[in-house]
Amino acid sequence: MSDAVHRPAEPGREYPISPLFALDTLWFQVAGTLCNLQCTHCFISSSPTNHSHEMLTLEAVKRHLAEAEALGVKEYYFTGGEPFLNPEIFEIIEATLKQGPVSILTNGLLIRPDAAASIRQLSDASEYSLDIRVSIDGYDPRTNDPIRGPGTFHRILTGIGNLAAAGLNPVITVTEACEGAGSQEGRLRFLEFLRSVGLTRPRLKVLPLLRIGAEAERSRAYESWETLRGRHLTPEEAGILQCSSCRMVTSQGIFVCPILIDYPDARMGETLGDALGPFELRHQACFTCHVTGFSCRT
Amino acid sequence: MTPTVDLGSFDRVAFFGGIYSNHLALGEALKLARSRKVDAIVALGDFGAFGPHPDRTIEILREASLPAIQGNYEQALSTGAEDCLCGYTDPRDNYYAQLSYDYTRTRTSAEHKAWMGNLPGHIRMTVGGRKLLLCHGSPRKVNEFLWRSMTPDPFIRKLLRDHEADVIVCTHTGLHWKRLIEPGRGIVNAGALGRPANDGQTHVWFTIVEEQEISPVPGEIQVEFVPVPYDHERLAREMAEESLPPEFIETIRTGWWTTCLEILPAKERALGKH
Ligand code: SF4
Ligand code: SF4
Repeated sequence: MSDAVHRPAEPGREYPISPLFALDTLWFQVAGTLCNLQCTHCFISSSPTNHSHEMLTLEAVKRHLAEAEALGVKEYYFTGGEPFLNPEIFEIIEATLKQGPVSILTNGLLIRPDAAASIRQLSDASEYSLDIRVSIDGYDPRTNDPIRGPGTFHRILTGIGNLAAAGLNPVITVTEACEGAGSQEGRLRFLEFLRSVGLTRPRLKVLPLLRIGAEAERSRAYESWETLRGRHLTPEEAGILQCSSCRMVTSQGIFVCPILIDYPDARMGETLGDALGPFELRHQACFTCHVTGFSCRT
Repeated sequence: MTPTVDLGSFDRVAFFGGIYSNHLALGEALKLARSRKVDAIVALGDFGAFGPHPDRTIEILREASLPAIQGNYEQALSTGAEDCLCGYTDPRDNYYAQLSYDYTRTRTSAEHKAWMGNLPGHIRMTVGGRKLLLCHGSPRKVNEFLWRSMTPDPFIRKLLRDHEADVIVCTHTGLHWKRLIEPGRGIVNAGALGRPANDGQTHVWFTIVEEQEISPVPGEIQVEFVPVPYDHERLAREMAEESLPPEFIETIRTGWWTTCLEILPAKERALGKH
C-alpha cells in the first residue's frame, strides 16, 4: 500500500481512528515476554528475563475463550515470547481448538520429535485448522545467527524438520531484516531453500520490521515524520489495519493489537467487553501498518 | 449492484457456486438440476476466470434466466477494476489470478459486463420455512473466504445473528462444505462448478438445499452435494487452444489444484496433492 493517499485528519482530531469492525482475530500472548532467545529485532524485546508480561495460565485462557465464544471470534493466534515455554501449552492448544482455528508463532527451538507428534495429534483431533509458524532470519547461519543468536540457525531447521517428519507443513516467516527477502528473487530463493531442507510444499510469509523495542536499537527508531498525525483514513483503509478486527490478551489485560503491548495507552481494559471500542492511531508503528498494509496474521 | 432481492418461498433449490467460465460443466449441471425437480436454480457469482471463452457461460446463464448474485469477478468486470478482487495475498496466487482476469476481461462483452453490474449482491429466499441468505464470499464481504476448517461455530452463530438468517449459502473458496450448528441453521458452501475440488477427481459440484420432509425436528433442512461429470478433456483442449496456463489445464485433467494454494488453510491444504 505504498500509494496510501494523504488525507487531512478530521477537524479537532490529531490522529486517525481505527474502529473495531468485528472481533475476528484474538491473540493470546501465552508466553508473555519470556523467550529462550533474545533476538536483536524483537519489537517487544522478549528475553529469558523479560517479565513485563507473564505467561497466561490455562485458566486465564479459558476465561477469555468463554467471552470470545459469545462474541463470535473467528480465529486464534498464540505468541510470546516463545509459546512452547508455557508449561500448559498443549492443554491451551487443545481447549482453544475446540472453539476455533489456531495459529502458533514459534521460534521452533522447543519442537522436538515428541512435541511435533503431540501437535500433530491435537491437529488431527480438531475439525479446525492448526497452523504452526516458525521464524527464521536468513538462508544460512551467517545471516540468521547474528540476529537470533549463535547456533540458532541449525536448531531452527531441526525444529522445522521435526514438524515435517510429523506430517505438518509449517508456515515459515522471515523478516525484512533478512536481506532481499522482500523482493521477488529473494522470495524464490527462500522457497528454494525451504525445499532443500525438506519442506516439499513450502509456505512463506515475509514480515516488515517494526522500529520499536529491540529493533529500534538494532537498526534505527522511527523518524518524526513517520506518523499518522494529521491524517484521515477511509473505512476501507482502516479495514486493512489488523486492529480493526483483532485484540491481544496478555497477563496485563487486553491490548489493541499484538504490536503495542509495551505502551500503557494501548491497554483497553480487563475483559474483551472493555476493549471493543475504537483506537486512536497515535503510535509510530501504526505508520508501518498503514503504509505497508501489513498484518501479523498469516 | 442492486439491493438485496427476495425471491420468496421454495421447496428444493439448486445452488451453483463459482463457474469460472466452465461452460461445459454449467450445461451439464443445468440438466442434472432440472432432472432433480428443483423449483429454483441460483448462481452465486464468479462466472468468469480460469476457463475459456467467458461469454459462453454468461450466455447460458442469461438464456436460462437464472437468478444470480454478483461475485467479486462480476464486481470487478462491471466496474472496470484492474484486478479480480479475489483477495489473495500470495504473489504466486496473484500472478495466476491476474492472468485469468486479463484474459476474461478482454473477452467479456460490454453488454454482459453491464448485466453483471445490475445483479444484486445478496438474495434472500425461504426453503422449508427457513430463511436463507445467499451471498458470494460471506454476507459481510464479497471476497471473504469461508473455509470449513476456518469457520468455527461461534462465528457462524454471529453471522446468522448479525444478518438475520437461518442458513447462509456462499461459494468463493471453490470447496463445498456445510456445517449445521443446529437443525435448519448453519452455513452451506456450495463449492464450484468451475474446477474440481482438489481431491484427485475430475468432476465438479453443485448443491441442493431442500426441506427435510420426514424429520422429528421441525424446520430441519437437507443439504446434498451433487457431483457433475462433464467432458473435462474437451474443456482442457479448449483451454489449450486459448493458450491458458498449463497449470490450469493440469487441474482440469487431474482434479488437483496447482494454483491458489497459498490461500488454503492447513487442513484443506493437507488434503490436496500440491
Ligand atoms: S523475535 Fe520471537 S524468538 Fe526472537 S526474542 Fe522475540 S519472541 Fe523470542
Ligand atoms: S500498531 Fe498497527 S495494528 Fe497496532 S494499533 Fe497501530 S495500526 Fe493498529
